[in-house]
Amino acid sequence: MNIQEVIRYLKEYNGPELRLMEVCGTHTASIFKSGIRSMISEKIRLISGPGCPVCVTPTSYIDRCIDYAMKDNHVLLTFGDMIKVPGTSSSLAEAKGEGARVEIMYSPFEALEKAEKNPGVTYVLAAVGFETTAPIYGLLIREALDRGIANIRLVTALKTVLPALEWICANEKGIDGFICPGHVSVIIGSDAYGELAHRYQRPFAVAGFEPEHILAVLYDLVHQIQMKKPVEDIHNLYTNAVRAEGNPKAAEVLHQYFEEGPAMWRGLGVIPGSGLYLKDEFAAFEGGSRGLETDRELPPECRCGEVIVGRIDPDQCPMFGTGCTPTNPYGPCMVSAEGACGIWYRNR
Amino acid sequence: MKITMAHGSGGKSSEELMEQVFGRHFANPILDKMEDAAVLEVSGRIAFSTDTFVVTPLEFKGGNIGKLAICGTVNDLLMMGARPKYLTCGFVLEEGLDVELLERVVATMADYAQQAGVLIVAGDTKVVEGQGGLFINTAGIGIIEEGIHISAANCQPGDAILLSGTLGDHHGAILSARMGMENGINSDCALLSDMTDALREGGISVRAMRDVTRGGLGTILNEIAGKSRCQFEIEETAIPMKEEVAAFCDILGLEPLYMANEGKMVLFVPEEDAEKALAILKDTENGRDAAIIGRVREGGGVRMITRLGGSRLIDVLYGEGLPRIC
Repeated sequence: MNIQEVIRYLKEYNGPELRLMEVCGTHTASIFKSGIRSMISEKIRLISGPGCPVCVTPTSYIDRCIDYAMKDNHVLLTFGDMIKVPGTSSSLAEAKGEGARVEIMYSPFEALEKAEKNPGVTYVLAAVGFETTAPIYGLLIREALDRGIANIRLVTALKTVLPALEWICANEKGIDGFICPGHVSVIIGSDAYGELAHRYQRPFAVAGFEPEHILAVLYDLVHQIQMKKPVEDIHNLYTNAVRAEGNPKAAEVLHQYFEEGPAMWRGLGVIPGSGLYLKDEFAAFEGGSRGLETDRELPPECRCGEVIVGRIDPDQCPMFGTGCTPTNPYGPCMVSAEGACGIWYRNR
Repeated sequence: MKITMAHGSGGKSSEELMEQVFGRHFANPILDKMEDAAVLEVSGRIAFSTDTFVVTPLEFKGGNIGKLAICGTVNDLLMMGARPKYLTCGFVLEEGLDVELLERVVATMADYAQQAGVLIVAGDTKVVEGQGGLFINTAGIGIIEEGIHISAANCQPGDAILLSGTLGDHHGAILSARMGMENGINSDCALLSDMTDALREGGISVRAMRDVTRGGLGTILNEIAGKSRCQFEIEETAIPMKEEVAAFCDILGLEPLYMANEGKMVLFVPEEDAEKALAILKDTENGRDAAIIGRVREGGGVRMITRLGGSRLIDVLYGEGLPRIC
């Protein structure tokens, strides 16, 4: 089938309403950038999932980062999209305005140069992400040890995607199929979803990021559902980058430096085994990442938690566009560039 | 030699700095009078604009802060259909600034002022504590001839939307410099006068023009659509971009629609003038990549037809347009 035929199939679909979850924030962004929703039938509903590391980070994590940024002789390094996320009473951006030392990093490895140049300053990294990003922090620790650099700390909010997907499969009945996150799948492999798919009998397919990749996966999922075939294996439509077994080197790095532990996912709660924490032998680099489970109470009208699991669309939240906008975000889904609400608002 | 607080005190060091750096490059009969204010003879409608330049690094591939300072204000005047005539420049020098660097910046400003046909008629310098930074403010006056009425409120349904060249070059060059990335991306900082002069000589009646600076094309189109109370529809495939800039954006997760340029403009012309305006632009040095990127319609907001035929709303830039985590 060529792409035009795929588009026509999806546009003309007229079966029962299907709800397909795109787990990964980068997919959410890609879908909107290419206008895919405008190209497919209204009966195929694309739901954003919890694959936005910024969105699922609790306020206590932001508070810990702000504390470090306000401390003498400490600098907090963070990726750009974390700086506006609200903590309990402030954000990193606001704290910066009040004198906190917050610097945007484009790569965690920048910390090494800074730490070497300024041995009297402790550089604390807000290490947020999924399996895609976690190995980089492992390699960072390795290089810090090699170079004898000791003035680096990590405050980690590193999570693994499968436990969250399991939670959704177990608790949200209305999702008919899953678009597997592209970059995470490069690391964990397409086979990793097999057990879940088989147990819950939902189709999972791996997509790349070009609109053609995503449309091909939508076709694949809709077709599988229409054909009512039993789900046996995962369809990998991103073979350029994703192998069935994943990336063994990355897995090795993860195992060497990190161990699993419970992690708080805003909207889902604490999921056992879904967080990655530095092993004890690397405690010298640990900035206090465990136990950051408390989350500020969001006002009763904020429905971020339901948006993250796809129970409602962003525009069904009463605060969407009124009390909660990108310039005055209330919940994390509106703050993050990958958050469902932020993307819906900017592309409505 | 470095700038020190003495250079700002108004005494001997200040005088030397004035003579050796500013006076040497900016000399003209009006400025040389060194009175408290410049006295000018102007009549008719005057366009008046100001801008302040705070870019780092101070020197980058394709220019320096001085080039930006002259081109930025001159271009703002050109966008109103004015003929730029006079500029002022205010400098805030931080202690520790390299005087040779300052001189390079000032020499560049003199060069571009001459190219633009403007005189720098008043200026000011202050020195503050700091770490070698430099900030420049320029204000400019231009004369708008009879019969020229260019405004963001003028667009009409049916008008064509043209973009004078590739998006994102300046922003790409600055970010690359800040991140220490070696690549071939140059700032596109340039005077828009070649293009505006050519359009006027060609008899094109421009409805609105805007240089595509901070906020990017997406933000600027929204501002103009709002003032004109129209809808703009643009085609993703029509937007010119250098391959290297596109790749750079891809890697960092940046959106070209929200990246700053310093030598590009978007303009709105009646439908019947579109092809002629395009040909005129393409005949100029800075406009060779010009393209018709869309149309003005009834309604509101800005929509883009994507590569595969989908449709998406283009909103203003929210936040700082920073690269993403994942």
